[in-house]
Amino acid sequence: MTRVLVPSGVLGLGFDGPALMRGAQMKPDIIAIDGGSTDSGPFYLGTGTSKYSRAASKSEWRQILQARALAGVPLVIGSCGTCGTDSAVDWMYKITTELAAELGQTLKIARLYSSQDTAKMQAALAKDRIAPLMPNLPIDHDLLSDCSHIVALAGAEQINAALATGADIVLAGRTTDTASIAALPLARGDHAGAVWHGAKVAECGALCSTNPTSGVILVDFDATGFEVQPLATGAACTPHSVSAHMLYENSDPFILYEPGGHLDVRNARYKALDSACVRGDGAKWVVAPRYTVKLEGARMVGYQTTILALLRDAHYVRNAQAWADKLHAFLTARITERMALGPQDYTLEFRLIGANATLGSLENRQAQPVEIGVLGIITARDAAMADEIGRMINPFVLHYPLTEDEELPTFGFPYSPAQSDRGALYEFCLNHVLELDSPMDAFRLVVDEVGP
Amino acid sequence: MRLADKVVKVRSKNAGPFWVTIDVFCGAPDVLAAVSAQLPAERVAALYQQPVETLKRFEIPDIFALKFSLPRPVVQGSRDDRDMHGAQYAVLLAELELDD
Repeated sequence: MTRVLVPSGVLGLGFDGPALMRGAQMKPDIIAIDGGSTDSGPFYLGTGTSKYSRAASKSEWRQILQARALAGVPLVIGSCGTCGTDSAVDWMYKITTELAAELGQTLKIARLYSSQDTAKMQAALAKDRIAPLMPNLPIDHDLLSDCSHIVALAGAEQINAALATGADIVLAGRTTDTASIAALPLARGDHAGAVWHGAKVAECGALCSTNPTSGVILVDFDATGFEVQPLATGAACTPHSVSAHMLYENSDPFILYEPGGHLDVRNARYKALDSACVRGDGAKWVVAPRYTVKLEGARMVGYQTTILALLRDAHYVRNAQAWADKLHAFLTARITERMALGPQDYTLEFRLIGANATLGSLENRQAQPVEIGVLGIITARDAAMADEIGRMINPFVLHYPLTEDEELPTFGFPYSPAQSDRGALYEFCLNHVLELDSPMDAFRLVVDEVGP
Repeated sequence: MRLADKVVKVRSKNAGPFWVTIDVFCGAPDVLAAVSAQLPAERVAALYQQPVETLKRFEIPDIFALKFSLPRPVVQGSRDDRDMHGAQYAVLLAELELDD
């Protein structure tokens, strides 16, 4: 049997501190937490940086290090610093070394690196060792060169390699959401289907319970199943809250792909053991014929400048789309004339907040709003061009009239300068798996000891 | 009557950067049966202006839920994306008019 304490769905989002300390005293075998996701968008992988503030991450990590010292067991964090690049692992390492000194703890730390070398990825592609997932995105030698960062998602095998070093703390680069929870129970021989199933249930912390923001949960894995309970006072896991979590952020509610195989929960059963604890069993782990890890990559695709204007005059609110279309046509000609730029250099888009900014062409409702926010988005080849276009369009976004024969209107600008330079725009551009002969082939381990 | 008025919850979220998934929690078996009959894959695909061939439809009778997953009409965070977390896609389905 293996007991895993999960402080929260992600480091940086907060958790119930007393519940975590209670959990540390309930003899867990390991503490595991996730540090990242693609869910906040491509910027973090594109830049190799964390979404969460350093102060919030350090404050929470301090509490978790204290809980770990109390429990005297290993601590694993997967997908360090949101994106799990090597730079994000090192960011987390620096925070950990500061805390080790501040808390007077001597710690053996294993860093598991997930970033991929461009040339090695190009060689793998040439040898047909990179295969597409659905939807099938185009891939070639140059696309791999364009990626500012490529990471491979570590699974249980790589986390176990890091744990096998005897580390107190494993700081892992990009990892599947479930692997840092699943690793130790698998190594100890608990039921593989139940392990992956329980790990999926627990990967978002207390999201599988009736009090999602409380964070802390405890999962026991054994020879046939898993048992999960939240540790915050008043929170409960129910068969419904646990089984419903299989749907969360998962395109298939019954099948979950992991490095080396997939989880199948079609025959899973859930039973309430008491008012707060649920037992699950019946899930199956199916080993894949080839060992593959998923790849993620982000590339820079331009630089953005935005401008926001407010239409409150009822006549302009009523005719906002026609106004925006007319303004767009006018500005396109103006930018060509004054800057000699065309569609290969930049795009300009106006989104009407209050009309259809959220759903765009999918929107099927119409209503008369009180006001409209006009969000102008310029995406250009370089930052100076985006900034310059922003300056060029500024007076027209402020004053452009709907008709020729009216007095010059002036719309609302909420701040000065009206334009905001957003910097580089990144996009996710890999949806592929990489085949490996041995799980550690695409990953690296660095182990050292830090302390006061 | 709108779907949202018949069921407990309609929610959506990214399932990775390339998929969006929409969950409909019906709360009871009779509601699931009634709602499911009116939400064939074709109708949901049309609502999201996507081909039915790539839409995945699931019924999860144990928790009286329906689930639809489709490749994101625009990739998460790309230039044309409007909803980074994909949580607003659910609104279209929630507001869909169904027979009583």
